[in-house]
Amino acid sequence: MRFKDVFSIIGPVMVGPSSSHTAGAARIGRSARHLYGKQPEKAVVVFYGSFAATYQGHGTDRAIVGGLLDYDTDDPRIPMALDYAKQSGLEVSFEEGRGVVRHPNTAKLILSDRNGGNEVTMTGISIGGGNIEIIEINGFNIKMTGIYPTLVIQHYDSPGVLAYVTQALSLEGTNIAHMSVDRKNRSGNAMTVVEIDGEIKKGILARISQMDALISLGIIDLSQETQTEEQK
Amino acid sequence: MNFTTLNELAVLCETQNMTIGQLMLEEQSRESGRTPEAEFATMAQYYEVMKEAVHKGLNEDTTSPSGLTGLDAQRVVNYGKQSEMNLGGAAGEVMAYALAVSEVNASMGRIVATPTAGSCGVIPGVFVSSQQRFGWTDEHMVYGLFAAGAIGYVIANNSFISGAEGGCQAEIGSAIGMAAGALVELRGGTPAQAVHAVGLALKNTLGLICDPVAGLVEVPCIVRNGFGAVTALAAADMALAGVRSVIPSDEVIQVMMEVGSSMPEKHRETAKGGLAQTPTGRKIMQEL
Repeated sequence: MRFKDVFSIIGPVMVGPSSSHTAGAARIGRSARHLYGKQPEKAVVVFYGSFAATYQGHGTDRAIVGGLLDYDTDDPRIPMALDYAKQSGLEVSFEEGRGVVRHPNTAKLILSDRNGGNEVTMTGISIGGGNIEIIEINGFNIKMTGIYPTLVIQHYDSPGVLAYVTQALSLEGTNIAHMSVDRKNRSGNAMTVVEIDGEIKKGILARISQMDALISLGIIDLSQETQTEEQK
Repeated sequence: MNFTTLNELAVLCETQNMTIGQLMLEEQSRESGRTPEAEFATMAQYYEVMKEAVHKGLNEDTTSPSGLTGLDAQRVVNYGKQSEMNLGGAAGEVMAYALAVSEVNASMGRIVATPTAGSCGVIPGVFVSSQQRFGWTDEHMVYGLFAAGAIGYVIANNSFISGAEGGCQAEIGSAIGMAAGALVELRGGTPAQAVHAVGLALKNTLGLICDPVAGLVEVPCIVRNGFGAVTALAAADMALAGVRSVIPSDEVIQVMMEVGSSMPEKHRETAKGGLAQTPTGRKIMQEL
């Protein structure tokens, strides 16, 4: 089933005008923000296909930057997100991507600190009704939807990593909804992305953090409430 | 979910003696692992957003950033105050409300995708105007949204709900079917009648292409929401009167899939054909 529940049909609550070009873009931006772990200082946004052709008219640029500021799809600040980004020290540039992409609504994000250090890349596609898929992180081909809380584990490709991760989840009584694995080369760098049912418990993070082969651990959880101005 | 077709949905409701809305709430709770109360509360919040969007579209400036559209809902309301509408009060109102929400969407206001942003006016238009007319409670309306969601869930998983995949029939068509079926249930019709309403409605939009001028969710999307809401009332009335969809609704959904799959790419939300490529459509695109 492509559509899993009632709120993928009635929903999301969103700022218009397009569920694929606005709400989906905000979710892609927010996924990248979560993975980065904090607000980046610099973001290069590369739009492909239909995104590249119509992003200004649909507010795709504002929505994806809103996502980078951790705004949810219905945040009233989205129309002014480019101004808020500037005010909060996030430097954004937009590029039109070339080459063949597999989906008409594709965006690639390159996040870093001001000098280009600490770089993280992510590519997402917007598949309709505000639903997305992340198809690339840091050069690894993966698949995640943002529907579930997600662990993004970069690690060395060594025996026992998957067993370790699945056992950590099992010991915390957590069920895996979907999982994808990719590696650059044998015994080189690899990435495991795990979408789970329920919340990401502290114990899961504690256990995985102790794994010998771990390079980095990121969390993407779009179900989290966005902080409003007052809460900050 | 324990159903994949509208027929299965209707049979399940009848054997368990439940409305479509009640059954969908239970199914949703089982799928998400959250309590029915929590799921109901989320949907109730969504309904508040729909009501706010209707109000905003009828009272505030809805001129879109492109300047192409805005304030049409208010034009319809004002015209209705000054002269006798051809549609009559109820249908005129549902049309104005649907236009209002769709214009809020185009002006980057807050809406609920039902099932998409491009078709976000039909369900709020039908629901909010009908609630005022018949004096229904919010609780009744929220069950109605679960019913609409159940119908949309079947359409989305057996065919499509996005214009890029299946043309406007998939967006506006699905929204009309969902609104019509839900309205039958809100009026006290049976699940079988609700399912007939979906089939009746969907047949009327088969083949509708998605050809947005300049690629924007404005022309012709906004007026199609207005027309769609009126059609939903008509389909619900036919079904409540006992009119049946001779071709079963599940088979009509398959036809939507067949027609959408064979639709040329230029008529599926690419702005490469249809109204978008008329002399005026091209001129608008160049000027923006």
